[in-house]
Amino acid sequence: MREVAAEFKRPVMLYSIGKDSSVLLHIAIKAFYPAKLPFPLLHVDTNWKFREMISFRDATAKRLGVELIVHVNEEGIARGINPIDSGSALHTQVMKTDALKQALELYGFDAALGGARRDEEKSRAKERILSFRSAGHVWDPRNQRPELWSLFNTRIRTGESMRVFAMSNWTELDVWEYIMLEKIPVVPLYFAKQRPTVRRNGATIMVDDRRLPLNCDETPQMRMIRFRTLGCYPLSGAIESDATTIEDVVAEMQTASVSERQGRLIDTDEAASMEKKKREGYF
Amino acid sequence: MTSIAISKPVHPRARDQLRFITCGSVDDGKSTLIGRLLHDSKMIYQDQLAAVKRDSIRHGSADIDFALLVDGLEAEREQGITIDVAYRFFTTSRRSFMVADTPGHEQYTRNMATGASNAQLAIILIDARKGALVQTRRHSFICSLLGIRHVVLAVNKIDLVAYSKVAFDRSVASYLAFAAGLGFSSIVPIPISARHGDNVVDRSAHTKWYNGPCLIEHLESVDIQSDTASQAFRFPVQWVNRPDPDFRGYAGSVASGRISAGDDVVVAASGRTTRIKRIVTQDGDLVHAEAGDAVTITLEDQIDIGRGDLLSRPTERPSVADQFAAYLIWMDSDPLAPGRNYILRIGSQTVAGSVTAIRYRIDVNTCEHLAAETLSLNEIAFCNVAIALPAAFDPYDVNRKTGSFIVIDRFTNRTVGAGMIAFPLRRATNVSWRAPSVGRSERAALKHQRPCVVWFTGLSGAGKSTIANLVDQKLLAMSRHAMLLDGDDLRNGLNADLGFSKAERVENIRRAGQVAKLMLDSGLIVICSFISPYRSERDMVRSLIGKDEFVEVFVDTPIEECARRDPKGLYSKAKAGEIKNFTGIDASYEAPIRPEIHLRTTEQTPEQAAEVVIAAVMARTLLCDERR
Repeated sequence: MREVAAEFKRPVMLYSIGKDSSVLLHIAIKAFYPAKLPFPLLHVDTNWKFREMISFRDATAKRLGVELIVHVNEEGIARGINPIDSGSALHTQVMKTDALKQALELYGFDAALGGARRDEEKSRAKERILSFRSAGHVWDPRNQRPELWSLFNTRIRTGESMRVFAMSNWTELDVWEYIMLEKIPVVPLYFAKQRPTVRRNGATIMVDDRRLPLNCDETPQMRMIRFRTLGCYPLSGAIESDATTIEDVVAEMQTASVSERQGRLIDTDEAASMEKKKREGYF
Repeated sequence: MTSIAISKPVHPRARDQLRFITCGSVDDGKSTLIGRLLHDSKMIYQDQLAAVKRDSIRHGSADIDFALLVDGLEAEREQGITIDVAYRFFTTSRRSFMVADTPGHEQYTRNMATGASNAQLAIILIDARKGALVQTRRHSFICSLLGIRHVVLAVNKIDLVAYSKVAFDRSVASYLAFAAGLGFSSIVPIPISARHGDNVVDRSAHTKWYNGPCLIEHLESVDIQSDTASQAFRFPVQWVNRPDPDFRGYAGSVASGRISAGDDVVVAASGRTTRIKRIVTQDGDLVHAEAGDAVTITLEDQIDIGRGDLLSRPTERPSVADQFAAYLIWMDSDPLAPGRNYILRIGSQTVAGSVTAIRYRIDVNTCEHLAAETLSLNEIAFCNVAIALPAAFDPYDVNRKTGSFIVIDRFTNRTVGAGMIAFPLRRATNVSWRAPSVGRSERAALKHQRPCVVWFTGLSGAGKSTIANLVDQKLLAMSRHAMLLDGDDLRNGLNADLGFSKAERVENIRRAGQVAKLMLDSGLIVICSFISPYRSERDMVRSLIGKDEFVEVFVDTPIEECARRDPKGLYSKAKAGEIKNFTGIDASYEAPIRPEIHLRTTEQTPEQAAEVVIAAVMARTLLCDERR
């Protein structure tokens, strides 16, 4: 992380408000102590995040005194893109992938730090820690720079950029154990609580606001749920759980039998969907 | 780790982590073995397993194909080959593991070296039916070279030889014969079937003749304590932390050894000594810091330290030198050109450097030493390396963190090589620069001119020599002192020993550049006419001469026009295949991106072109005259 601050002209940390981002931010604060964070945070908002995520985001930025940039793809909003009518694929492309590219270009960021982990998904397992993107933000998995030891090649030309996955070698369990150890605040949605939900396509969706259209036979039911990953609320599947504390979550993790991405509706669209998204510039 | 990557947290119930790689030839079953390890250690979730079952059927196999769990990228699934390094994680009650799945395909050796660079142990797979193959030997050699000391020889597909002890013993013997000279401290052979799980997590009932541990047992118990904490203290400074004028700290991660507040330290490059004042973290100051700790150090004295400096104890200093001998693995499709200027990263130090000599290339299959002028993709050599400024380092076999470096191409920015330092070379200290008592400006003043190097580049037959000659004549007529250096003339004398391979072309230009510099220093306007096809060599000369004195002239003539003119009859010979490595035909020409002067000979006569050059040279000279 210090390497990124030292080697790039205009780095940024991508802040998704999730648990990985919370850990990454916590470590960044420690790495530069007593100095302030030498780069801003960037949140690519889709306007469909859980309300609790947004309030947590703003409270965190204030608490830590860090610069927070929020970017929304206004063009996508104008086109009426949303996860319900447009489908998850188009929504993700326009409001996340395109929006991220827009933001990186708008502010001229040449390195983007993120909390993605290799254990999340198969194509992520082959990702470099420093991942080179050509001027169009394209990832070419066949043309990656070899990474030996801990020596990183940080050289890029104008217009090119790097995605930096500093937590590549962490697992989901490592993240929770670290959150427990360091008492890092995370969004309350990770802990179980009675929340209004509906069931769709085998997933449990939380009714976070009135924009979620309900079919005539649907009435939101209160269920004891929590989330393993957070994104746009209509696309994030909850799990039924009684884990109300970090200790409970860690214990639950150790006996988990399904992967965290199972609740993510964006991955199930088609085979190898993550790899396709990444080639197009998704983080 | 001195790195971007954050090391794992240390849990209260800390399990240690074993990092290992799997390697072997195509179809030896690496991915299947890793899939099996993940599955049997319960690291596969139900939804992932369901997806693999679906995929197995789609890819035409009836059983669960464990390889599909780990072969991530679509393209390689279709080819059935792992094309890159994939990292996997699993945990047992005794240890956590990070696995680098490295490719067996012959042309992807560089990825293997990448996986091996951070591994403590290697699982080398061989097919019980085939025994050790050429690639198996290559991979073992690379593991050894990259400092791996523990090997598991997994004799896979033992089910396909009817669990035969004879076949197992034969495979083991063929491997040991080769591996004897590679310096591994342990080699543990285990008969396994990745597909059916024999001797992977549980001992198999089919191999009653085998008394050793199963794979997981061995991985859980093998002693890999490299004990970086007991080594000499090394702290590469990554970042200078200066939030306000009162605080100046040096941030980094301890690469090896340990240090306490109050201990004496020395800055390797400058030799300045001081003492550790505080070891700062957000959670409060520490008394000690040891290998792996990310800390910010403050020092008793205000001394000049920057990113790239290396701190050690005064009693255990690293080498500081501008030349060293190293093993180099070439990783790029463009071959190494000795003498070419590359960028080297040694720890947090970034420095310009070049390979000055290839002592020998190593045939990885036989370990034979061969003569070599250049290195191609996946080749390994023992080389002499020179760098522009002295750097601090240790031999690689003493310290993997401070003894390793990567080589970066200046123009493509690709990582083209990886090196392991063997020992410093001190020769450079005996040849020092003579401080001149009479300098360039004094000599030039005598001639009433401002010297410069006018460098003509372009294809053969583009008109370089014609225009350069005219410029020379015109300068003479104007009573200016100039000298013409022509590529062909130099090749008849100074460079008579050089041919036209890439490496020799690089050397040709290096010598020409050095001669031009001597002439420049004597106060002359030096007119150089060389094809000089590579951007990096022209830029090497530019940095040698100094950019204010270097005028690059691109003589831009389309190749069709050059071939039509063909003043020396070379194009017709090259097309007939009589001349090899002819620029524009079977050797590349890299046109200048921003030359000082761009001449288009299809639009200008040689006379006009020469006038353009003269005007530029005189503008510089006049500027100089006015100042005087």
